[in-house]
Amino acid sequence: MKILVCIKQVPDMESRFKPDSQGTWFSEADLAFRMNEYDEYAVEQAVGLKELLGDSADITVLSIGPDRVVEAIKKALAMGCDRGVHIPDAAVHGKDPWQVASAITAFSQGKGFDLIFTGMQSQDRGSAQVGITVAELLGYACASTVVGFEYLEGSVVVRRELEGGGKAVVRMPLPALVTCQLGLNVPRYPTLPNIMKAKKKEISTVSLGELLKEGPLAETTSFYPPAKSGGGIILEGDVAELADRLIGILKEKTTVMR
Amino acid sequence: MKALLVCEYREGKLLDTSYELLAFAERLGADTAIVLVGDAANVPRYSGKVHLAHVAIYGEYNPDLHKELILAAVDRENPDYIIFQHSSYGWDLAPRLAAKLRLAQVSEVVAIAGDGFEVGCCNAKMRRTVKPSTAKAVITIQTGAFTPQGEPQGSPTVEMLDVAAAGKVEFIGYEPAEEKDIDLGKAEVIVSAGRGIGKKDNVPIIAALAKAFGGELGASRPVVDAGWVEHSHQVGTTGQTVSPKLYVACGISGAIQHLAGMKKSDFIVAVNKDKDAPIGEVADVLIVADVMPFAQALTARLHK
Ligand SMILES: Cc1cc2nc3c(=O)[nH]c(=O)nc-3n(C[C@H](O)[C@H](O)[C@H](O)COP(=O)(O)OP(=O)(O)OC[C@H]3O[C@@H](n4cnc5c(N)ncnc54)[C@H](O)[C@@H]3O)c2cc1C
Ligand SMILES: Nc1ncnc2c1ncn2[C@@H]1O[C@H](COP(=O)(O)O)[C@@H](O)[C@H]1O
Repeated sequence: MKILVCIKQVPDMESRFKPDSQGTWFSEADLAFRMNEYDEYAVEQAVGLKELLGDSADITVLSIGPDRVVEAIKKALAMGCDRGVHIPDAAVHGKDPWQVASAITAFSQGKGFDLIFTGMQSQDRGSAQVGITVAELLGYACASTVVGFEYLEGSVVVRRELEGGGKAVVRMPLPALVTCQLGLNVPRYPTLPNIMKAKKKEISTVSLGELLKEGPLAETTSFYPPAKSGGGIILEGDVAELADRLIGILKEKTTVMR
Repeated sequence: MKALLVCEYREGKLLDTSYELLAFAERLGADTAIVLVGDAANVPRYSGKVHLAHVAIYGEYNPDLHKELILAAVDRENPDYIIFQHSSYGWDLAPRLAAKLRLAQVSEVVAIAGDGFEVGCCNAKMRRTVKPSTAKAVITIQTGAFTPQGEPQGSPTVEMLDVAAAGKVEFIGYEPAEEKDIDLGKAEVIVSAGRGIGKKDNVPIIAALAKAFGGELGASRPVVDAGWVEHSHQVGTTGQTVSPKLYVACGISGAIQHLAGMKKSDFIVAVNKDKDAPIGEVADVLIVADVMPFAQALTARLHK
């Protein structure tokens, strides 16, 4: 069983975002980066499946991006992936989902991956496109927004999450791609011994130029904070004082204190 | 300009969000046609053309077949835009269509911007304007961003759609959402815990604040996924939709899927250490503070 996991590195979402010099994405100054949350579920599901299948399963983890993304690849290796592939691209933020998907597809072509795991969406771009587009380009069966996953001899049964919390249960033959949703599993923390072991795992580099022959289909023309809706009051200061002030406001503006 | 609107049908019903597609198309100034995998008894109230495929034949979830059906409607209509809801149905199908037709896709549009479409990014903290480079485009719109005005009216002309194709994905069935052991809908006050509370041990402190208000405990999704709070307390698109007199969001960033479940509350208080957290957009009062000490101070004051 050959498995591919696609991961993206994203900034900590609690950061302050400022536009870069072109005004089309965020400036990376002062930002801390980590693995996209949705992709942690993807890595965990792949590693969990390998534990079930034993050593016959081999997991490649791939990321396109600047050199810092190697940190995310190392984390995935420490979680249990077997080999890493870094496709260096310092300007990946300027590629549209179609180009990212085309590059992943070109990498995967002819490698015979039985299963591909991606996140449902990236937290910074949030397009929810790359995984499904890869499946479409490779001609793989695909289900998105997966919160339950079971492998059954040559096929997978997955639970797709629906609005309201219900689920649709679907079966797919291999090869297949699933996009992983929050809550699919509980991603493990890499242990120290596994971090040490991961240091010996191979991370190969493939050049983007060899893979990407496609231009963008869409462009970002600007990046900016949302228009302030206004109206709301912002309070800062000492907690005890804040509590008093809030109670005053609630007494005046709501009926819940009566 | 023409837009093909892909309406949604689930568990035997046309989804009301389908009308948001019409509201968006109107905002675009586009002529419209609809494509629907559904049944003749449940077509939208609309005076235009509906390309209808029988759900009995094509199923409610069969993305490969639905893609082929939409492509057949695209052939008939030659639309400039193919428009979906950004929903479990829409975000699943849109990239398949876009890839097949080699068109730009713009996801989760919240507004029409000067030279393109406005979409959220960075967990809703920021916005981007995305401009398709292709002459035509596939678009998904954020649920609730384009509300229809007035009651929808009319009866469409229906043209049947059929394709000969096989799907790779086999739909087995639906699983209902977990039983709710509490109905947050009846609570006058809801105090919700988010990831910002830091750890499971802090949940009782937030629950005590809820109790001090005579209200119920709510939660954001990560807190539920981590097993800190039962799913029945989850607020949002995949939890409950609530509109209490007072909603207090403790350490919740304000992702769209959470906002969708609580933004209609009469009065919203958010407690967050991040002044820029998107929850601020809907909050009547944003308390910029460390949530646990504040929650304890507020509980103590309420008990006085
Ligand atoms: C299809 C889909 C459906 C979803 N359905 C739901 C749903 O039904 N409900 C839901 O809630 N989410 C849902 N989500 C997830 C949603 O996108 C967000 O990931 C989630 O709401 C984030 O929860 P949070 O705000 O608690 O955590 P985070 O986004 O991590 O935010 C934590 C917040 O706490 C603040 N904070 C941290 N420490 C402190 C401190 N000490 N004091 C004060 N503040 C602090 C931070 O500044 C931050 O704003 C869904 C996602 C998808 C893709
Ligand atoms: N630069 C990248 N490198 C590898 N995988 C990626 C990259 N960008 C996106 N992905 C994958 O595609 C998923 C969806 O991303 P997006 O379409 O940007 O929301 C992510 O969760 C990742 O699994």
